[in-house]
Amino acid sequence: MYDKGKILTGLVLFVAIVAFPFWWSLASGAEVRVPDIAKPAGETQCLEDAETMRREHMQLLATWRDDVVRLRQRIHTTPDGRQYRKSLTGTCLQCHTDKAASCDRCHDYLDVAPYCWDCHVATGER
Amino acid sequence: MRVLVALLAVLALVVVGWAGAGLPWVTGIVVPGVAFAVFVVGFVVRVIRWGRSPVPFNITSVAGQQASLPWIDRSPLDSPKNGFEAALRVAADVLLFRPLFRNTRTKRGHDRHPVYVPERLLWAAALVFHYALLVVILRHLRFFLEPPPPLVGAIDWWDGFFQLTTPVLYMTDVLLVAALVFLLGRRLVDRGLRYLSLPADYFPLFLLLGVALSGLYMRHLGKVDLIAVKELALGLATFQPRVPAGLDAAVFVHLVLVSVLVAYIPWSKLMHMGGIFLSPTRTLANDSRRRRHVNPWNPQVAVHTYAEWEDEFRDKLVAAGYPLDTAPAAAPAATSAPSSESVHA
Repeated sequence: MYDKGKILTGLVLFVAIVAFPFWWSLASGAEVRVPDIAKPAGETQCLEDAETMRREHMQLLATWRDDVVRLRQRIHTTPDGRQYRKSLTGTCLQCHTDKAASCDRCHDYLDVAPYCWDCHVATGER
Repeated sequence: MRVLVALLAVLALVVVGWAGAGLPWVTGIVVPGVAFAVFVVGFVVRVIRWGRSPVPFNITSVAGQQASLPWIDRSPLDSPKNGFEAALRVAADVLLFRPLFRNTRTKRGHDRHPVYVPERLLWAAALVFHYALLVVILRHLRFFLEPPPPLVGAIDWWDGFFQLTTPVLYMTDVLLVAALVFLLGRRLVDRGLRYLSLPADYFPLFLLLGVALSGLYMRHLGKVDLIAVKELALGLATFQPRVPAGLDAAVFVHLVLVSVLVAYIPWSKLMHMGGIFLSPTRTLANDSRRRRHVNPWNPQVAVHTYAEWEDEFRDKLVAAGYPLDTAPAAAPAATSAPSSESVHA
């Protein structure tokens, strides 16, 4: 084999790069874990069922923002007829009081950085 | 027809993925695992095979003046004189796609003479596609690492800089699909290229489009359960495989398409990712005038050089008054010199 040293070095580099998640996880001792989020103490019912909220909450909040800021529509009616004020801090965070335990755990887990908090301030934060 | 074969193959894979959602352990754990193993082993085997194949000649391809006399301008990148310059050239090929930048198109000029004009769309689309794919792959690390590294978050932020739509639309996703559509359209629209294209040319393009579109679907339309996706990915990365409940069928479609793409690499033209480093025409230095390259399988030939021949017949050559390369001992040389002139005159 010509240039044996160079070719083998390249191959070792290749394997190290493509196997990066494996050896990184082994080296850092990562475990498979799932974040558990804090459920509201008093309330059992969100706007919609948990599955829908998990998938659609970001869409809902973005729609709320547009409705309130651009159309001044401040009342949200759920499919089963309950009414809520369209407000992240005034409605959502009233039940999900602990932002760190309700929002951040999942967002950090998935490395999601929603820009809600560029403007909004959660209770207790400065 | 050749387009249809490739398209149908990819559509069949989508169906396989869809149906595979019913067997989550197979489609979620076994298929990606086997695909990754095939990729790594196949890649290494092919590179080693290339490395073992003989390179009898110094066949470097050049596009510029080679190093010669100090006062002649030379092109270090287009005619590298040593290993370092050759490495620079490979780096320029790999990182900037320089050879594609030189691509030309034949146009009919006035008098119907062919005129060659630069054709850089292919270069631009190829560059955009490869870098977009790199960023997309790096962003996916957020599923495989716990905690996700800060670099991935930074890439994520820049990639979603324009904050269009919720969830944020990534620039690279748009660029990736646009580049793929261009690369596919190029093969379909240009008659000459269509004639040259094989199913093996269309298949990777359709496959990559399938991967990209299924990914965009999961993010923007299907809204899959990402917590479950990360649990699956982490399980694979830490060798503690598990299949969480709540994985959507779209995840399995994406997984099967990616697995096939990855396992397909060592067997196909996609192997250019390794081949570009093992092309003797690009990686060798153009030094055949300064270094002797000997073909390793040249048979041993009995060589009789001129110097040896002269030594053998020295007496006769001197007697006949021939001019000699190596002057014999002083006295005979003095007598032979004038006589040789007379012979030639």
